[in-house]
Amino acid sequence: MVNIATATRTAAHGFPAAANAGAGARIEVQGVSHWFAQRHAKDGAGGPLQVIDGLDLDIAPGEFVALLGPSGCGKSTLLRLVAGLEPASAGQLLQDGQPITDPDPARIVVFQDPTLFPWRTVWDNVALGLQARGLLKAQSQRVDEALALVGLQAFARALPHELSGGMAQRVALARALVNDPRLLVLDEPLGKLDSLTRLAMQTELVALWQRKGFSALLVTHDVEEALFMAQRVVVFSDRPARIREVLVNDLPYPRHRGDPRLVELRRQALALLGLGDSW
Amino acid sequence: MSTLAEHILPGREGRPGRGLPGDSRTGTDLPDAVRVTATRAAAAPTTPLWWQGALAAVAWGLLAALTHFWPNLPAGFTEWAYTAEFAAGAAAVAALLLVLVLAPERLAPLALLRRRLRPAGAWLVALALGLLAWEVLTAKLGRLPTPFFAPPQALVEVYATDSERLAESALNSLRLLAIGIGIGALVGFVTGVLIGWSRSASYWIHPVLRVLGPVPTTALLPVSFYFFPSSWSTAVFLIALGMAFPVAILTWSGVAGVHKNFYDVARTLGASQWFLVLRVAIPAALPQVFVGLFMGLGAAFSTLVVAEMLGVKSGLGWYLTWAQGWAAYPNMYAALILMALLFSGVITLLFAFRDRVLSWQKGTLKW
Repeated sequence: MVNIATATRTAAHGFPAAANAGAGARIEVQGVSHWFAQRHAKDGAGGPLQVIDGLDLDIAPGEFVALLGPSGCGKSTLLRLVAGLEPASAGQLLQDGQPITDPDPARIVVFQDPTLFPWRTVWDNVALGLQARGLLKAQSQRVDEALALVGLQAFARALPHELSGGMAQRVALARALVNDPRLLVLDEPLGKLDSLTRLAMQTELVALWQRKGFSALLVTHDVEEALFMAQRVVVFSDRPARIREVLVNDLPYPRHRGDPRLVELRRQALALLGLGDSW
Repeated sequence: MSTLAEHILPGREGRPGRGLPGDSRTGTDLPDAVRVTATRAAAAPTTPLWWQGALAAVAWGLLAALTHFWPNLPAGFTEWAYTAEFAAGAAAVAALLLVLVLAPERLAPLALLRRRLRPAGAWLVALALGLLAWEVLTAKLGRLPTPFFAPPQALVEVYATDSERLAESALNSLRLLAIGIGIGALVGFVTGVLIGWSRSASYWIHPVLRVLGPVPTTALLPVSFYFFPSSWSTAVFLIALGMAFPVAILTWSGVAGVHKNFYDVARTLGASQWFLVLRVAIPAALPQVFVGLFMGLGAAFSTLVVAEMLGVKSGLGWYLTWAQGWAAYPNMYAALILMALLFSGVITLLFAFRDRVLSWQKGTLKW
């Protein structure tokens, strides 16, 4: 609703990502609603539970968009729809004008849990996407490059259980980036990390995004994280998810966490989420 | 305890290395007279004495001496053959242990063998004492009724005179077992993956497994003998069946229990259905598959033995009934011991195989 106009506006900002123009995908979410079949009905009828209600959202090529909202509001469901893991009940989703029907290596999800395969070494985990598409033999050097990108070349032969939480999430990131995704879908990827690792990884993720030029869609319930990383923060209502407000953050990168503009945006975001009183 | 060794083994004080300061046990266990010499010898740079090994050597020596010098009680119709051989064997073990205890560290192969055997020291002692009690209660005092309780030398006799038939039986059993569990493990695994993966396969196969699976395969034996051309193929079928059921159930639960996120990750990375089965579902389910294999082995062993007892005309199970028919109790014990060694060997092999395949689990859980 509000956001289509905003999207075109932000895309024109010309962020460093533009250096890699063409790498990012354009995502269009048009009138999407989604219901879950409900087994244990709370409100009597036992009918399907609506989680997303008539959502419109555009992501410009190379744009970094964050979705912010109360937990259980349907943000993660939207990510699954965008990734193609589930079909939407109503409405349509497009990538570069083509309908999204199936998962595709052009749109890769990084989940809250690293979900590394415990029986594979770090290298083999990162190689997963190339192996699945039969490209591994020809392009195995890409695995080493991806590991270098996240600074874990030395741990190529380690097993996942030997890694710390932050390292495991970096491996998950390398496993996504090795496929040169055009859209990186981040489902609270830093949610389980300790706060120091978290801050470091936020900066790293932004740097990777600037370098690679993919479009990024981040779900988080950390207001500061969303504002620090994204160019546009979409604030959702309670379930079923509707867009309540779109906050545009046109601060250039690298950003400073103490910037007064961030503080102001944060106040706005918290007020929208019903926590205005504490500010 | 060590006083016994003190009396029987002369000249121990002169041996270097006894009672090193590091070895606290020698300091406390031994009588005062010995401890004095210990301080004198403490300067010698050698490893501490393997005192359990010394004790075991003494125990085996005692077994050899008693067996040899104490005459057997006449047991009516028979005189126990191979008494001297049994005594000689025990003496050989005693001698070997003594050599190991005395061997200096620079004799590498002996020192290595000593390091290997060191943890088993107490067992070596207990084994000798157990054999000693057995020998005394049977051959020497005749306290246990004779045809049913044979002395150890009777088993030696069986292994010496009937080894050909025993070996052939063992080989036939192993062959039947290998073919049966090979087929069973394969069929069970494929069935388990199928019902874990495909909804319609699960709809049709799962109820059949639920109802027929718990039936002991030995109960199907009489019926199966009619359906199959030979008792041997019946046995293969039933061993395979006993193996397949737990493998199928546990493979299925393993595949069904794979976390959905693993599939989601693989799917977004461009994985095909085959990739999801072969590279995600099966590796994730393997720990469960091995539990199924272990359970299946138990069923396979008992099916094997019963099938051999009732129909198949070879194998250790057959040997057992054959020996019973001749009231040849020593042969039964000999066959039972052989069976125990073979079956536990198979289990050990499977453990080694699992440790290899699931080496990634080390560090994530205790085993």
